[in-house]
Amino acid sequence: MADGNPSADEVKVKDGIDQNTVDAARALESKNYSAGFSTEIEQEFAPKGLNEDIVRFISAKKEEPEWMLEWRLKAFERWLQMEEPDWSNVHYPPIDYQDAYYYAAPKKGAKYESIDDVPEEILETYKKLGIPLKEAEVLLGVEGAADSAADARTDTDKPRVAVDAVFDSVSVATTFQKELKEAGVIFMSISEAIREYPELVQKYLGTVVPQSDNYFATLNCAVFSDGTFVYVPKGVRCPMELSTYFRMNAQGTGQFERTLIIADEGAYVSYLEGCTAPMRDENQLHAAVVELVALEDAEIKYSTVQNWWPGDEEGKGGVYNFVTKRGDCRGDRSKISWTQVETGSAVTWKYPSCILRGDDSVGEFYSIAVTNGRQQADTGTKMLHLGKRTKSRIISKGISAGNSDQTYRGLVSVHKKAEGARNFTQCDSLLIGDTCGAHTVPYVETRRADAQLEHEATTTKLSEDQLFYARQRGLDEEQAVALLVNGFVRDVIQQLPMEFAVEAQSLLQVSLEGSVG
Amino acid sequence: MLKIENLVATVGEGEDAKEIIKGLTLDVPAGEVHAIMGPNGAGKSTLSYVLTGRDGYEVTGGSAELNGADILDMEPEERAAKGLFLSFQYPVEIPGVPVMTFVRTALNAQRKLRGEEEVSAAEFLKKSRAVAAKLKLTPEMLKRPVNVGFSGGEKKRLEIFQMMMLEPKFLILDETDSGLDIDALKTVSDGVNELRDPERGMLVITHYQRLLDHIQPDKVHVLANGRIITSGGPELALRLEKEGYDGVLSEAV
Ligand SMILES: Nc1ncnc2c1ncn2[C@@H]1O[C@H](COP(=O)(O)OP(=O)(O)OP(=O)(O)O)[C@@H](O)[C@H]1O
Ligand SMILES: [Mg+2]
Repeated sequence: MADGNPSADEVKVKDGIDQNTVDAARALESKNYSAGFSTEIEQEFAPKGLNEDIVRFISAKKEEPEWMLEWRLKAFERWLQMEEPDWSNVHYPPIDYQDAYYYAAPKKGAKYESIDDVPEEILETYKKLGIPLKEAEVLLGVEGAADSAADARTDTDKPRVAVDAVFDSVSVATTFQKELKEAGVIFMSISEAIREYPELVQKYLGTVVPQSDNYFATLNCAVFSDGTFVYVPKGVRCPMELSTYFRMNAQGTGQFERTLIIADEGAYVSYLEGCTAPMRDENQLHAAVVELVALEDAEIKYSTVQNWWPGDEEGKGGVYNFVTKRGDCRGDRSKISWTQVETGSAVTWKYPSCILRGDDSVGEFYSIAVTNGRQQADTGTKMLHLGKRTKSRIISKGISAGNSDQTYRGLVSVHKKAEGARNFTQCDSLLIGDTCGAHTVPYVETRRADAQLEHEATTTKLSEDQLFYARQRGLDEEQAVALLVNGFVRDVIQQLPMEFAVEAQSLLQVSLEGSVG
Repeated sequence: MLKIENLVATVGEGEDAKEIIKGLTLDVPAGEVHAIMGPNGAGKSTLSYVLTGRDGYEVTGGSAELNGADILDMEPEERAAKGLFLSFQYPVEIPGVPVMTFVRTALNAQRKLRGEEEVSAAEFLKKSRAVAAKLKLTPEMLKRPVNVGFSGGEKKRLEIFQMMMLEPKFLILDETDSGLDIDALKTVSDGVNELRDPERGMLVITHYQRLLDHIQPDKVHVLANGRIITSGGPELALRLEKEGYDGVLSEAV
């Protein structure tokens, strides 16, 4: 993740807020993005472009069973017949799907015998992301490292996090495997899971986000390169937070992560997804699919802090983020919460949603989205109430600065059998300056008269009164903005696991740097 | 301590700029408390904003020095770090930011600007408890977001809480007494009096003698139409109370 230490002295604009916001936004230069570096290592690429052979190439590289290849090919065929959606409120140049690589892996292979064998550049990458060396060793699969790192972590009071690092497409390694295994928790890359637990994968893959779901999801089905698999067995409370760092590294590499998390009856798991990408001139396409399945009385908490490269001050470069995330509360009394802090990407298109199938199941969506510079974000959630007495809660906090534009799109849909369904939605937007925009588009569909649906929405401008009040007490402008913004997003930050909350706060500060003149 | 000389300041921008402070001279030596009284719209709050550096207020003439340092070119936070504190006539609500977080962030920001060590969490907590007790603020109130849902009087007490925590060198109280009930007026005045110190100066803006019964001023000034029209001892406030501004002003002009 970002180390939160960009040079504060780089951007210094004073005087009136409003008229200077434009200039300040212009000053939001590449150097503000502290995760913007790229690792010079040799990569093994699939040939550029997208065709059936590439799909076969990826599957072969992963030593996948036949059924998996068939599944991919079916998706690819479907994708060829689909059209890219254009309904969302974001604008971007057409993506040339033939002009990207669909597979890239560090050439040396994923596992190392000793830390000395790990290419220096990879170690540097982890260092800049703030992952301690001991843990980097484990992440990189250096033999024997896992035990000592696990010991080292056990000594401290800090909450423990098991990490599955994705370095471009190949999951480089996993931590804490042993302890998780003792608890019966399966936490590994999805490629491994396809080989080691094919029945489990086959049973759940594509059952939440069907192959035909949408253009980007279908593409993902065909060419997904790696991702994470989690299975928590009946009655097990996962003993630690599980975490994945997604990194995009190779130039022009499309990223197609696939995540599948299953909480069996009465199980609980909290999963953290962190994303940073180094800066690039070319736009990078990211089309991930995340599927969550919660069976009876199970609970899944999925938190994301996303800090992808948003592009330079002219809106050039940056990551295109088209993600399909969906949770299925399949069992009665199950619960899924999505919490997300989004500060990156040039273009974001993302609607984590919940299917509330089980009776008394609960879906939650807590979101903070920050857009600055020329970023565009179209995000929101869908809550589909199918079961009886299902409840959902949506808290969305949008912060727009610079020339950015963001749209919240929420759908709450109550089906015929969802007797006594309830939803509470609150959408708050904070505008910093005069040249940004925020739109709220709530949709409600209900087939039941007894549904209780509440919606609250506010739009406020960062107030000059508040800024001055804080500055009179001794805070400088940037601290004042950070404090006010943190206040604005507090309800959501409180939903994040402790260590993520701190990171999220500093990330907010970094992404709004120079947004007030 | 605070030396204001022939200060001229405007509010608003461009063609809308309006001169509100029109050649104001005032000298508050260290250790003294001066009261400013004056009719509505005279420019009292404007003066406090100009001194603390609020955006939108432009100084077009004159000077203001705090302990010999020209404060008019400083950023608001630099003035705060130099020890200038304003108790706002209308305290501002800051949703989502608990009082304790706000004050500690402010204190540490000031200390950092002054090149001092951060205050430890334990030390801060201890002091805040003691100060809150004096001002009859409950610990529960300090956990709430700054000024959000506070009553008018509570907001004013919270201003004084911040002041006592930050221990500024020069205090400007803008109508701190408005909205306070009789007991709160006493509580708040006790707090302010506790800060009276040979090294400290205070400017107390008020409309009413009752505050000055508690916080006894060394001098009283009448501000009208952007200038100090007349000055005197505590007896001037008593006269104003009896005769009103009309009487005193017609005589001064
Ligand atoms: N932003 C502004 N734009 C235009 N006029 C302003 C602005 N701010 C203040 N004024 C005007 O300046 C004058 C002085 O206002 P100020 O608030 O300083 O008065 P005051 O002496 O504090 O009055 P009160 O006793 O009512 O608090 C008033 O006429 C007010 O309308
Ligand atoms: Mg006033």
